[in-house]
Amino acid sequence: MMTTSDKKKIQQDFKEKMDYDELLNCMRCGFCLPSCPTYIETGHQEKYSPRGRIALMKGITDGVIEPDDDIAHSLDLCLGCRACEPVCPSGVQYGHLLEDARSILQKHKKESVPVKILRKGIFTELFPHQNRLETATSLLGFYQRSGLPKVARKIGFMNLFPESMATMEKVLPEVPKRKEIRQRPRFFEHEGEKKATVALFAGCLMDTMFFSTNNATIRLLQKAGCDVVIPENQLCCGALHGHNGELEQAKEMARKNIEAFEASDADYIITNAGGCGAFLIEYDHILADEPEWAERAKLFVSKLKDISAILVAFDFQKTHHLKLPAQTVTYQDSCHLRNVMHTFREPRVLLQSIEGVKYEEMEGADTCCGSAGDYNIVQPKMAMQILDHKMGKVEKTQANTIVTANPGCLLEMKAGIERVGKTGQVRAVHIADLLLEALE
Amino acid sequence: MSSVKVKKKKGLLKKQLEAVVGAENVDDSASGRLVYSYDATPNYQAMPDFVVSPANAEEVAAVLKLCNETGTPVYSRGSGTNLCADTCPVNGGIVLLSKRMDQIIELDKENLTITVQPGVITKKISETVENEGLFYPPDPSSMKISTIGGNLSENSGGLRGLKYGVTRDYVMALQIALPNGELIRTGGKLTKDVAGYDLTRLFVGSEGTLGVITEATLKLIPKPESQKTILALYQDIEAAGRSVSAIIAHKMIPVTLEFLDQDTIRAVEDFAHIGLPTDVKAILLIVQDGPKEIVDRDIHQIAEICRSENAVDVQLAASEEEAEKLATARRSALSALARLKPTTILEDATVPRSEIATMVRAISEIAEKYDVRISTFGHAGDGNLHPTCLTDARDEDEMQRVEKAFAEIFEKAIELGGTLTGEHGVGMTKAPYLEWKLGAAGIEVMRGIKQAIDPNGIMNQGKVFAEETRERVAEAK
Repeated sequence: MMTTSDKKKIQQDFKEKMDYDELLNCMRCGFCLPSCPTYIETGHQEKYSPRGRIALMKGITDGVIEPDDDIAHSLDLCLGCRACEPVCPSGVQYGHLLEDARSILQKHKKESVPVKILRKGIFTELFPHQNRLETATSLLGFYQRSGLPKVARKIGFMNLFPESMATMEKVLPEVPKRKEIRQRPRFFEHEGEKKATVALFAGCLMDTMFFSTNNATIRLLQKAGCDVVIPENQLCCGALHGHNGELEQAKEMARKNIEAFEASDADYIITNAGGCGAFLIEYDHILADEPEWAERAKLFVSKLKDISAILVAFDFQKTHHLKLPAQTVTYQDSCHLRNVMHTFREPRVLLQSIEGVKYEEMEGADTCCGSAGDYNIVQPKMAMQILDHKMGKVEKTQANTIVTANPGCLLEMKAGIERVGKTGQVRAVHIADLLLEALE
Repeated sequence: MSSVKVKKKKGLLKKQLEAVVGAENVDDSASGRLVYSYDATPNYQAMPDFVVSPANAEEVAAVLKLCNETGTPVYSRGSGTNLCADTCPVNGGIVLLSKRMDQIIELDKENLTITVQPGVITKKISETVENEGLFYPPDPSSMKISTIGGNLSENSGGLRGLKYGVTRDYVMALQIALPNGELIRTGGKLTKDVAGYDLTRLFVGSEGTLGVITEATLKLIPKPESQKTILALYQDIEAAGRSVSAIIAHKMIPVTLEFLDQDTIRAVEDFAHIGLPTDVKAILLIVQDGPKEIVDRDIHQIAEICRSENAVDVQLAASEEEAEKLATARRSALSALARLKPTTILEDATVPRSEIATMVRAISEIAEKYDVRISTFGHAGDGNLHPTCLTDARDEDEMQRVEKAFAEIFEKAIELGGTLTGEHGVGMTKAPYLEWKLGAAGIEVMRGIKQAIDPNGIMNQGKVFAEETRERVAEAK
């Protein structure tokens, strides 16, 4: 519960920190409503729509209403998928408003001691330190290799967790050994005609839990004619922090990443996770007020490309023969790749160029699957409702293979397959892994 | 009344409302009320006391009866996309949502009708009937999210008004909940029906001031077999206006004949990125539909007329997909203009189509006179223009000039035989000017009707009927 003094402080912060021009830029036409998953899923409740949320933020800023737990819940329930942005004719930067509002609310949140410690542990002590993340994931690897999962499932240990987490535990990929991660070279030479030098943004989870997908990405880039550098000292992109109201920590990570990539002097910076890409591409926004960093951030952002986008830019699908055993494939957009990076054509071009693949576009492929970063953990009920509807749409395509372009979406799709009991019949894969499979 | 008494009265009303619709469908939380305190009209906002979501016509009628007995204002609301502040709960009271009444009741392929609840999204109706080879022509720009209940109450128009008319022309029957708690049915699946006053037409476009539409039967027509879209480009705004009048004078009735000026073209292109020419002063977006040979012939002839009126280029949309992109882009015009300035104030003065060129010229002269920025787009073919003022509500001096400029635009439209509003409704924004169009006697007729149906004046208070009529800038000729 918020106390009266909390409310006053929050209101003051809204007045001082919210971008009022951006709040006014929403002219309330309502064109965003049909694109908003939570508006649809709640049976058209304005409170859970982008227009409603902006009105609430403006209401607090104007002093028309006081902040309260209801409003905090409305903002918490937002997936942050940003599907409302490309459909907004006025070009309202909803994501920025949401991040600012969440940051203010987070600052004044009275959390219990355990939650505070957990947040500090995750946001300050774990994610900004790649080596600690490696340790953490290698513990997971140890758990997976030990035979404990079977035991844990058998004795019903996982039933103690919410259903969503229990499902998630089953679908986590097998983590490589720490030694394997540590021994990977930092430079890979191009094959064929050289097109560019690229630096890989390896990502925190991508480079531990999804290590093999990173390796596939590197192979594809080499084949496409790129020298690939993996700059040292790079960190997690900071998205998790930004989306959870820890903006200052996110800025610090942005500065460190910019520094790490400047040293590589690459033509492009490549990501293979839509969620990371969408945060990296906003470094210029979050550092806009810092004279020393603004220009450097702009240069960083101008070099950023998703793996699909660079492959298509270099005509990879025309210069390489891609072939797979006959199967039906569908693609689930990563919201952030689509709505923020504006990359949605390229993955489809690549998939449709694979021989043996029957590509079926899924109805609503451009709407969120419910993963949304850590949303499926903090808002399990809504996440599962969205996922169940998504799996219904998947079913209609009769696809054997669901392709995604972001680790969160990938795990969510795997969890969805598990939920509908299709494990073994339907698989979910990252586009880089599928393309490499089609090449070999 | 003392605040204790008010509180007690509200508490009782809440209990009574909950007894009708269920506790989960009555919201009096601050956040729940705030998000229904506005619609798409800039500068209008007021908090309701309750937000109520009934499940069916009977519940709507019961809620109205309760409000009538307690003197509680009622504002019915669909998706809140209207542009004349019609859904703004200006005096508090109840916002009545149609979101739980969102079912298509029947698609009658023998009588070519569709019967729907008020909360159905307009686009869903279009898609449903088009899948069956049928056509529901009214297509307001907000159709992707607007509800049919809202369209009926506002008598919405759209891009196809020129050839196919507006919402009113497709309504065959209604079920209406009245303030006294009665449910009535008007009309039927009948082409001919002269039994009594035409109450269907009375309620369509009554802006929620008389009752609440709880069901509607809409007329459908066969889906046209083909359609073609062209863009005519101009370096002279008036030449575009003259083309419009010339096309009509040549006995050509295209489906769509839309006008966009340079500001609008640039704002739309900035949003949609579909390759609109941003270096021209105006474009006309023209669509014709029907049997293929006739469409080809018409489009050819229309293109010739445009060229003879000094169009610098006429381009044919290469595919249906491209044509659809153009129409979608046009529908975004108002909201896209909003990206240019903090506040966009839009009007929809309408003139006989022979006067389009005159009106376009008058608008730019008025904008210059009051030193305000007005962009114009609109359904030129049916004389319905949308002069849109790009301004900043925080600049009081400019806002006064904006108001004066619009008053003069209304004046001019009426002088040319036109009207204040073609399709957005009177609501609060045009109420002070309504008498200019109807005259005092006309307003009195409307007041009499209102008094007969809603004697306690609970329905959409503060709309259509102004407390005071604005003084005219100059006496009309």
